[in-house]
Amino acid sequence: MKAETNTRSLSAAEIDEINAELPHYEDKSAVSIEALKIVQKHRGWISDDSLVAIAEYLKISPAQLEGVATFYNLIYRRPVGKNVIHVCDSVSCWMLGSDRLSEKLCRHLNVKPGEMSQDGEYTVLPIVCLGACDRAPVAMVNGELRPDLTDNIVKELLGE
Amino acid sequence: MATMDRPLTQNIRTGRAFATLEDYRKTGGYEGLKKTLADLKPKDVQQWVKDAGLRGRGGAGFSTGLKWSLVPIDQAPAQPRYLVINADEMEPGTFKDRLLLEKDPHQLLEGIVIAAYAIQAQTAYIFLRAEYRLAAERLTRAMQEARAAHYIGAHILDSDFSLEIHLHTSAGRYICGEESALLNALEGKRATPRPKPPFAVVSGLWGRPTVVNNVETLCNVPHILRHGADWYKGLGRGADAGTKLFGASGRVKKPGLWELPMGTPIREILEDHADGMKDGYRLRGFLPGGASTDFLLPEHLDVPMEFDTVAKAGSRMGTGTIIVLDDKTCPVQMVLNLERFFAQESCGWCTPCRDGLPWTVTLLQDIVEGRGRPEDLDTLSRLTRMLGPGNTFCALAPGAMEPLQSALKYFREDFERYIFQNRTLKEAV
Repeated sequence: MKAETNTRSLSAAEIDEINAELPHYEDKSAVSIEALKIVQKHRGWISDDSLVAIAEYLKISPAQLEGVATFYNLIYRRPVGKNVIHVCDSVSCWMLGSDRLSEKLCRHLNVKPGEMSQDGEYTVLPIVCLGACDRAPVAMVNGELRPDLTDNIVKELLGE
Repeated sequence: MATMDRPLTQNIRTGRAFATLEDYRKTGGYEGLKKTLADLKPKDVQQWVKDAGLRGRGGAGFSTGLKWSLVPIDQAPAQPRYLVINADEMEPGTFKDRLLLEKDPHQLLEGIVIAAYAIQAQTAYIFLRAEYRLAAERLTRAMQEARAAHYIGAHILDSDFSLEIHLHTSAGRYICGEESALLNALEGKRATPRPKPPFAVVSGLWGRPTVVNNVETLCNVPHILRHGADWYKGLGRGADAGTKLFGASGRVKKPGLWELPMGTPIREILEDHADGMKDGYRLRGFLPGGASTDFLLPEHLDVPMEFDTVAKAGSRMGTGTIIVLDDKTCPVQMVLNLERFFAQESCGWCTPCRDGLPWTVTLLQDIVEGRGRPEDLDTLSRLTRMLGPGNTFCALAPGAMEPLQSALKYFREDFERYIFQNRTLKEAV
């Protein structure tokens, strides 16, 4: 989240990365999801300004892109903490106590699911099955899988 | 020849992070592709795979060779055709494609090139779920190795056949696993399913003929081309051909994944491979192939894992990864967890699914929180029919109804106990 940059236009780095995806597809609008992910990687989340900037670059309407951005679970339309922790809440993890562990983590960080911690460091979000059910319960911290969680989840995920 | 018995996982070894190109070649890797390009016409490859009896491993079990043969490849003028690899493994309780993607990426790539040749596709997309980051890294590396060795790119192994493979990582939504929704996602749209017909094999990605195959399905292909259809058929123990990755999660002693012959009895998977239930727990039931399959009971343990037999027992083999229900987990709460997932992941396109699934969740929530009424069970039964096959735009809601309808049948007393004894959530835990 670099407040100093002009969020209404795309940076040179963002444009380069989006352009690299263009030749893979038959038309420009197909790059919508990749473009959202690229800009989110640079800015942490997709603000209204970012959304309009991407739509203008791909020559599609902001409404169409908003429909796409709000459809997918991993595009954030609200600010998130520097570290995003996704705790799996699907069936195998749930059976092995993931809801209790998630509550414990939220209580420690003093946040509700989806909320950013006061210091801007953490956001905890539920996520659907991460495909590691033999290592349940599992979470993902900044995209990295963290399996075999126990009641020591705070230490296991935050190292505290 | 132990590895001949388990072709899919022969390169997955303890102490080895993943199979490199060199590792993969050592066990005959890319020999199937060489043979394909040197000796076989596209229609021959289709026939081999049809003869081998390979059925789709994504859950539906459609004949792979037959699917390929539906693609128009002879018409003039030639038009682009696409192969899309469904690596969007998001069915709760399913973790089999992750293993194949992370541990032996070249096996998938060889399968892709052979399949693309069989349908004469010039471009292939691997549609990978966003969360499989390690798989993305290993695939990217393997694609570079394969390109350098002329297994992908222009004029593969000096033949007339050329193929580009692109890796597309998703942004997360269960419905992307539905073939036509996946194509919309690849086109950069909301992943709502498309009306069928037309089917993707005729009009798919950007309106072009497109085959969508699951990761595990394609991983079987190189072995069929290398060793032949008869060998492949001989791997199965019953009606279905080949081997499959079977898994178990929940309160078993050793949750995991094992490559076993098609037709392996469920008892063998749960008792021999998963080593039975954890101490202090008893088996109450199980979902044989992921969240969208009907419950089966301990009395079904001797059912062999093959498509038609599991169907006859009243469920589906689905993805072959078993979710185990133990005697200390409440089946009503388990179904509530499953229905919450389906309600959240519904794309919202058709009314029965968009409105019916949240309604289902509300009723189940009321029941487990002590507000259930006797007529709620009838309403839930009615919902399983109204959201069942034929009433919705795609298979998401009918899949969601499978664990519910079988839970109402097998665990009715658990529902009734909440309602009639006004048992609250607290007491149940």
